[in-house]
Amino acid sequence: MLNSIWETEGLQTVGIVVLVFASIKLLHLLGLISFSEDSVEDELELSTVRHRPEGLEQLEAQTRFSRKELQILYRGFKNECPSGVVNEETFKDIYSQFFPQGDASTYAHFLFNAFDTDHNGSVSFEDFVMGLSILLRGTVQEKLIWAFNLYDINKDGYISKEEMLDIMKAIYDMMGKCTYPVLKEETPRQHVEIFFQKMDKNKDGVVTIDEFIDSCQNDENIMRSMHLFENVL
Amino acid sequence: MATGVAAWLPFARAAAIGWMPVANCPMPNAPGDNSKRQDELIILNISGRRFQTWRTTLDRYPDTLLGSTEKDFFYNEETKEYFFDRDPDAFRSILNFYRTGKLHYPRHECISAYDEELTFFGIIPEIIGDCCYEEYKDRKRENLERLQDDQEEIKDMKLPNMSFRETMWRAFENPHTSTMALVFYYVTGFFIAISVITNVVETVPCGSTFNQKDMPCGERYTVAFFCIDTACVMIFTVEYLLRLFAAPSRYRFMRSVMSIIDVVAILPYYIGLVMTNNEDVSGAFVTLRVFRVFRIFKFSRHSQGLRILGYTLKSCASELGFLLFSLTMAIIIFATVMFYAEKGSSSTKFTSIPASFWYTIVTMTTLGYGDMVPKTIAGKIFGSICSLSGVLVIALPVPVIVSNFSRIYHQNQRADKRRAQKKTRMARIRIAKSGSANAFLQSKRNGMLSELLELTGKDEEEQKSMSLLESQHHHLLHCLEKTTAHEFVDEQMYEQNFLEMALQTFPSHSPSTASHDSPAVTCCSRKERRNTPLPSADLPPPHPSSAHQSTLQELSTIRIHCGDPLLHSTSRSNLNMKPDDSCRINSKSGRITTAIISLPTPPALPSDGDGLHRPPKRRSHPPTGHPVAPSIQTTASSAGINIVKVSAL
Repeated sequence: MLNSIWETEGLQTVGIVVLVFASIKLLHLLGLISFSEDSVEDELELSTVRHRPEGLEQLEAQTRFSRKELQILYRGFKNECPSGVVNEETFKDIYSQFFPQGDASTYAHFLFNAFDTDHNGSVSFEDFVMGLSILLRGTVQEKLIWAFNLYDINKDGYISKEEMLDIMKAIYDMMGKCTYPVLKEETPRQHVEIFFQKMDKNKDGVVTIDEFIDSCQNDENIMRSMHLFENVL
Repeated sequence: MATGVAAWLPFARAAAIGWMPVANCPMPNAPGDNSKRQDELIILNISGRRFQTWRTTLDRYPDTLLGSTEKDFFYNEETKEYFFDRDPDAFRSILNFYRTGKLHYPRHECISAYDEELTFFGIIPEIIGDCCYEEYKDRKRENLERLQDDQEEIKDMKLPNMSFRETMWRAFENPHTSTMALVFYYVTGFFIAISVITNVVETVPCGSTFNQKDMPCGERYTVAFFCIDTACVMIFTVEYLLRLFAAPSRYRFMRSVMSIIDVVAILPYYIGLVMTNNEDVSGAFVTLRVFRVFRIFKFSRHSQGLRILGYTLKSCASELGFLLFSLTMAIIIFATVMFYAEKGSSSTKFTSIPASFWYTIVTMTTLGYGDMVPKTIAGKIFGSICSLSGVLVIALPVPVIVSNFSRIYHQNQRADKRRAQKKTRMARIRIAKSGSANAFLQSKRNGMLSELLELTGKDEEEQKSMSLLESQHHHLLHCLEKTTAHEFVDEQMYEQNFLEMALQTFPSHSPSTASHDSPAVTCCSRKERRNTPLPSADLPPPHPSSAHQSTLQELSTIRIHCGDPLLHSTSRSNLNMKPDDSCRINSKSGRITTAIISLPTPPALPSDGDGLHRPPKRRSHPPTGHPVAPSIQTTASSAGINIVKVSAL
């Protein structure tokens, strides 16, 4: 008699196991549980953005570069970015190669935002060449305005101390670790203090564009260095 | 140098305008683009096939043949092109390297030919892109092995002055070199075979004598077997000792696998000799005899295939282990299930779970001995599931596993290879990269020296050895230094400075107290370029106590501490040093900032003595007037400045 009890028990075990598997399968069919760890969704392949710049004549009209210079610039640009636009990662990459000892990515980020005037996340050749036109061929006023835009991270028309500190830290990051004298933690902050002392005329804690331009125009060093890169191309 | 992105250098330099308003010091001058060449097309004639490219493309890599002036050797005046008598097909990838910055290895190309081309054009193979690097390295290794095989044959030739020991070793390792070696080889092989056969035959029951039970031959003809065993062991012992004697490195020989097998093969005999008729340990003695079967492994010296098999098993060990593990899991699961299913039936063989293991293994491997069978219905159901899954578990994955083996094995090997290669690759690339960083530091020193030479009136028409690109890049880095009022130094210098800062015994004030001074002081004290074009050398003098100089031609800032490390680097600037020149340490409130050395030029120092206390206006004096005015004026402000005179270098 014991055997029959065990026999039925054995059959019961079978029954229970079958029931459990069936319910799991049902739930799976209903989509409540999924078995595979990674839900395989076909990611939409982002079509590679291809961009063709405006014609040479238009660019010539809009910028202060000659035809030949535009040709040289475009060749270099297209060589590095065959698709015609630079995204932020590539930008950071390229810029970091010029500063092997430090970390140029933060400053490159700010620079990218300064060049990407229409804020669409990528720098096309037009943006690039417009920016360069201001920097290399513009008047001192325009250059100063460009620099102000660079420092004004949130584009609200004022440079606050925090924004300046960010920029300063980014610049110091590019130096890297091996400097002489050794970089201290407070150095960027001190530098920001000096900057604000020089620029912030009414001591309200922010620098407006007029204060900025005024102070810069009164500083001989700055005025002189603005002309430094004029023969770059 | 970021040669790959050379085209973006103008952009990087333009973007440096963003630093200008932040900087407190004047910027250095930009290097002049003296030869403002228009970008011209260069024609490269490679064995008749003409390639054309821009000059600037080739200039990107100035340390290669095409990027440097070395190509002028190949210039053909009549046809105005550069002619190279090389393979045009291989040249394609080389030229593409200049264009794209990535070097690719064309698969159809012979590896040694490609290597030669790279060497000719001065390109190091380590910069081959990731897509092609593996292939390149594989082919290179194959080639090397092929060359090694050739060398092996050379190795077999008897060198004239080999000692007796070396000859013996060669005879052991390569039996086909001499007849004696061959004889020895066959003799040992023969005796190994004899030994194995005797071990086997020993246990066979020979015909029955008048004792009822069959005795194994070993017990019948004890003496004969003992003699044969002795003979074999003697031969093996002699062989082992001879190998030991002849081995070039005895320690390494003793650790090798083959010698361990040899020892294990002969040891049981000797142990048996030692402990004869000791009943206590005879059990262990019997076990030892099992080890005699290891003699069969001695055949691996005679057979290449056996060695390969052993190596393969060793290398696939991890995959086999995983297979075993998954099988074990399945066995345990089914054994448990079968045990509980069969618990009910009487006189069941499934007495415990371990007992069920045997059933599960036999069923899953489809052996099916039949010594244990389930009797209950549930047991039979699970038993059939077990055998079905056994088929699947074992038979199906085996081909998959086999192919996975080779794939994963090669992948692992590739990963290991890549890891091994990566270190050397990265090291070489790092050297090249640090070369560029060091190039900047080097050029700073060179630049200072060349300026010094210029000013002493030597008309050095020498061009700067570095390309325009490099000089522009260095100018950019220089501007950054000026903006942040810190200098780039190399690693060791940095570490030294770091240590010095830590070790300073002076009551050094942290920079925050002397806050305004430090950037201005260090920055402006390094104004080394001659600012002749500038009408007024204006340094923002925030504090009267700042040290400044007039038109100093050369300055090096040294850290005066035990032994001047920087001295070695500026040793060239010692050339024109006057012996009694003074370097002064300007220390504010006990903190050593910098020591400034002035390098004088032949015209004597105008007013050395009272240079110490000159008022600040002196600086506006001289740029246009003097050819040189090398002394430093350190304005002594109020008390609290200790100026220490340190004698010249």
